[in-house]
Amino acid sequence: MERAAIVGVGQTRYERSKEGIVAELVYEATCRALDDAGMKIGDIDSVVTVSNDFWDGRTISCMAVADAAGCYGKDASTVECDGAFGAFYGLMRVLSGYDTTLVVAHSKVSEGNPRIITNAAFDPIYERSLGLDAISASALQARAYMKKFGVTEEQCALVSVKNHRNARNNPYAHVPLDISVEDVMKSPKLADPIKVLDASPLSDGACAVIFAVESAAAKRAKKPVWVKGVSHCTDAYRLGERDLTYSIALESAARRAYQMAGITDPWRQIDVAEVYDAFSYMELMWYEGLGFCDRGQGGRLIESGKTGMAGELPVNPSGGVLSAHSVLVAGLARIAEAVLQLRGEAGKRQVAGARTALAQGINGICAQQHCVWIVSTEQ
Amino acid sequence: MPEGKPETIFDVVDKAGMLVQKGRIKVPYTWAAGKVASKFLVGLRDERRIYGIRCPECKTVFVPPKKLCHKCMVEMSEWVELGDEGVLETFTIVHYGEPTVHPVQPPFAYGVVKLERADTGMVHLIGEADLASLEEGQRVRAVFNDIRRGHYLDIKYFKPV
Repeated sequence: MERAAIVGVGQTRYERSKEGIVAELVYEATCRALDDAGMKIGDIDSVVTVSNDFWDGRTISCMAVADAAGCYGKDASTVECDGAFGAFYGLMRVLSGYDTTLVVAHSKVSEGNPRIITNAAFDPIYERSLGLDAISASALQARAYMKKFGVTEEQCALVSVKNHRNARNNPYAHVPLDISVEDVMKSPKLADPIKVLDASPLSDGACAVIFAVESAAAKRAKKPVWVKGVSHCTDAYRLGERDLTYSIALESAARRAYQMAGITDPWRQIDVAEVYDAFSYMELMWYEGLGFCDRGQGGRLIESGKTGMAGELPVNPSGGVLSAHSVLVAGLARIAEAVLQLRGEAGKRQVAGARTALAQGINGICAQQHCVWIVSTEQ
Repeated sequence: MPEGKPETIFDVVDKAGMLVQKGRIKVPYTWAAGKVASKFLVGLRDERRIYGIRCPECKTVFVPPKKLCHKCMVEMSEWVELGDEGVLETFTIVHYGEPTVHPVQPPFAYGVVKLERADTGMVHLIGEADLASLEEGQRVRAVFNDIRRGHYLDIKYFKPV
């Protein structure tokens, strides 16, 4: 395949109840990504926006951000999934004849009601009437996983402690905190075993990433970050039809992305990872699905400290999704953070000498889909 | 709202000069249940029985039933009458209220129930239970509503046996 690179990234700060309208957030992220790449909007050949009608509270929501994303007069299209999947489409476009493609995701989670919106993800004939939502469904998954492997609530809490602490080094993060396992354990229960501090916040924000083919990448302001491997995979729709204790979709997506990137030992070959920890238990499950440890060993891995900032493979130096959860944006933000790490531009959250990074996005109830990216400083 | 009185759908809130408009989207839908779910729901309504459906290739028995097996991509037509008892595979106790969508008041429990002879789990409410003593592996039984209308909630909940 032709080589493709990421040549520009831009993010807004993530925060609750931002004053701006969604188009203003998109404009801010888009301009930052263009500036970062040393590009003007005229240098962009195609645009992929990421939006969801329910979260935006309007139909054909992509049209409302078209102006702000620079779509005017261009081939623009939309993905209604997490931004990591939008980025996949953006990559496909630059591999299909467009020299450059801008991908931008936004959400103002604070404007709607996430419980009612995520409830609407369930089948209206069957489970929707139960009132399930993202939190209660994830709690079923968390408990199934923890019970099967003996993972404890304290081990999950360690993820929250690590990531909220890491967020103190990230100027874009929404909820930087210096907390202890005890603080997490004492935080109010949402749905057992998930407590308030095991859950991600509701964050408004936007993120943009610019892809370019090799010939176009060379002209840009910053050193390109190369896409080495990427894959996504889908599990069954209904919770009762999945084994909730591990993610076959993540294992498959990771395997294929690693194969493309020539990664045979992810723990040794990946220098930094940004994963989609919407809830604390998820980071442990994703360690396993990504092959950082065996199934059921995620709790022991977080305890070892090896995924901390000083560890062998720092995971979520940005603070992760637990510290800023702008729905649809968060997977794209993982990619943007991976790029900053590889350029050595991650400031106080920099992992020294990072050359290969992993970013992961999820989509659907209890992560029905996973998307895994491997990016590198080396062509 | 009293009939004939229009509901105010747009309110404006002034936050120090920054205006925020409140609204809501209400759209009526008529979702078709389809042939397979209709048979399942009629079974709940008329017979108080739970029916699953078996894949002709991988032999998986799905409940609630669906038209095609996602692994084999084939249509299923062999109905299997399941008992109303099964095992609680996992559960959660919900502590927050969301009256618009929750059918019951918190705290309440959801569980994934594996019915006898079924290969998939059925997600439902767990009722008539001491929530603090719920355990995985516990046997539970479906409790049907007296008034049934061909709906997933014709099963009121599963209760510990």
